[in-house]
Amino acid sequence: MLNDPKNYKENVKAYQPKVPYFMNCFKAFLVGGLISLIGQGVQTFYMHVFHFSKQTAGNPTVATLILASALLTGFGIYDKIANFAGAGTIVPVTGFANSITSSALEHKNEGVVLGIATNLFQLAGEVIVFGVVSAAVLGIVRLFIEHLF
Amino acid sequence: MIFVYAFLVGGGICVVGQLLMDVFKLTPAHVVATFVVIGAALDVFGIYDHLIEFAGAGATVPITSFGHSLLHGAMAEGHEHGYLGIAMGIFKLTSAGITSAILFGFIVALIFKPKG
Amino acid sequence: MSKVRKQTWRFDQPIYLGATGTVVGPLEARGPLSASFDKCYEHLHCGQKSWTEAERALLRRSISFCLAKAGKAEGDIDLFLAGDLMDQTVTSNFIARENRIPFLGMFGACSSSMETLATGAMLVDSGFADNVLCAVSSHNATAERQFRYPTEYGGPTKLTQTFTVTGAGAALLTKEPGKVKVKEATIGRVIDWGINDAANLGTAMAPAAADTIWTHFQDTGRTPDDYDLVVTGDLSGVGSPILDEILLEKGLDISSIHQDCGTMIYTSDQPVSAGGSGCACSAVVTYGYLFNRLAEGSLKRVLVVATGALLNSSTPKEKDTIPCIAHAVLLESAKEG
Repeated sequence: MLNDPKNYKENVKAYQPKVPYFMNCFKAFLVGGLISLIGQGVQTFYMHVFHFSKQTAGNPTVATLILASALLTGFGIYDKIANFAGAGTIVPVTGFANSITSSALEHKNEGVVLGIATNLFQLAGEVIVFGVVSAAVLGIVRLFIEHLF
Repeated sequence: MIFVYAFLVGGGICVVGQLLMDVFKLTPAHVVATFVVIGAALDVFGIYDHLIEFAGAGATVPITSFGHSLLHGAMAEGHEHGYLGIAMGIFKLTSAGITSAILFGFIVALIFKPKG
Repeated sequence: MSKVRKQTWRFDQPIYLGATGTVVGPLEARGPLSASFDKCYEHLHCGQKSWTEAERALLRRSISFCLAKAGKAEGDIDLFLAGDLMDQTVTSNFIARENRIPFLGMFGACSSSMETLATGAMLVDSGFADNVLCAVSSHNATAERQFRYPTEYGGPTKLTQTFTVTGAGAALLTKEPGKVKVKEATIGRVIDWGINDAANLGTAMAPAAADTIWTHFQDTGRTPDDYDLVVTGDLSGVGSPILDEILLEKGLDISSIHQDCGTMIYTSDQPVSAGGSGCACSAVVTYGYLFNRLAEGSLKRVLVVATGALLNSSTPKEKDTIPCIAHAVLLESAKEG
C-alpha cells in the first residue's frame, strides 16, 4: 500500500534496489588491501634503500601515497577507481589526499586564494578536527590516569 | 609474510568502512571521522602499535593510523612537558602526512583541470 | 483560454511548438537517442574553461539552434522563460543578459522544463506574447559540485542515485502553424511524503508525479487509452515502478504507456546508476526525440510530466524532508490522419 503518505517511507522499501553487500565488501577489501600492499612495498623500499627504521618509515610512505593519490586525482583517475572500490579508496590515507585535491581543483576557477586555498580542507577538515579533538581528550585522560597511579 | 598481513588487514579495515556505509548508511565523512577516533582510542592501550607491528602498512595506510599518530605524538610530548605537551606534540608524527597533502593538493590544483 | 477544474489549463487557440533546439554532452551522445539531438559535445567542458561556462554554452547553443530552425532572430521574441539548477538560476540569467529578450527566470528544479513551457503557452494564449522562447539547462559537473561532491572526489555512488544529464533544450512557442501543438497543462502541487534521502530522488518525486497525473486524468475526464505516451521527467528506474504502483492502487493503470526520460536517454549499461535527471533530461528528450515523433505523426498525443525535487544542498543535512513537484504539458501532433 503506497498511497499512505504517513507510512510511505516505510512501505516503499520493498521497491528499492537491493544493496549488493557482499560484492561491495569484496571490492572494498580488494582495493583497500591492494593500496595497503603497495604501501608495504614502498615502506620496505624506504627501509632498505634509505635505511629508515620500521617506526620512521611510515612518514615517507604516507607522503608517497599522498603524492600518488593527488596525481591520480589530477588526471581524473582516482574517482573512476573509487566508483569500483567504495570504501576501499575512502578509508586509506589516499582518500584523505583525494578529498583535499579534488576540493581544491573544483574551485580553481575562483582563484588561488579564494578558490584553491580556501576550499582545500572543505571535505578533509573534519578528519583533522575529529582527530585532534579525540587525541587531545584521550591524551589528557591518559595523562591524568598516569599521574594518579 | 608482512605483505600478506598488510593486504589482509588493510583490506579488512576497508570492509568495516564499507559496512558502515552500506548497513548503517553513514556518509564517507562520518566513516572517516569514526575511524580517526577509533584509531586514537586504540592507541590509548597501545593496541594499535601491536597491529602495526603485525601488519605494517596494513595498519599505517588506513586513516585509523592518523588518529593513532596524533595521540602518539601528543603522549610523547605529554610525558615530557605535562598537559601542555599534548598541544605541543599532537601534530609531531602526522606532520609529514598533512604537509604533503596540502603541498601536493595545492600543486595539483594549480596545474590540472577537473575532468568530471 | 479556459480553466478546467482547478489545476488544468486548456488553450483555446492553437499554440504550436514552432521549433526546438537540443544540445547534449558526451555520455548522452552515446545513448540511444543521440540521433535526435542537434549537437553532441565530445567533452564535458564543451570547449569552455569552467563547468559553469560549459553549461552556459549548452544553453546558448540550444537557443541558437531553435531560433535558426524557426527562422527567427532574438529581436522577434517577446519573452524568454528559462530555468536551471544553479544557485539563483545563474545560467539562465547570464544567457538572458546576452540575448536581451524580456526575461522571466523560473525555478522548479528539474520540472522547470514543463514549468516554462506551460507558462509560455499560457502567455501566448492570453495574448500577452506572440513568440515565447522557453529553455532549460543542466550540467553533470555543475550539479555534482553544487549538490554532492567535487567532481574528482571518489565518493560512493548509490544504486538509487540519478545522474544529471548534461544538456540544454529550447523551444519556441508561437501561434504560427507548426507540426506540434501544445494543448493543455496541468500545474502540480508540492507533495512531500517524507523521503529525506537526497540520493533517492526518484522515490521522493514519484508521489508528486502521481498527484499531477491523477489530477490531469480527473480534470480532463480522459483515460490512459486516449494517450500514446505518458512521459515522466526523471523518476529513473527506481521511481517509475513506484509511480505506476501508486496510480494502479488508485485504479489508474498507465504502466503500458508510461516511460521515463531518465531511462530513455541512456542505455542500461551506461554508468548512470538509476538513470538520468536534471532539467535537461526531460527537455532534450521532449524537444528532441518526442518532438520529432510528434512532428512526423508516429505519436499523436503525449503527456510530458516533468518532475522536480525542491531541495538545496543543505536541507538534507538539516534533516528536512524533500518537497517535490510535477508539471504536466499535453502535446499533440498537428499532422492529420
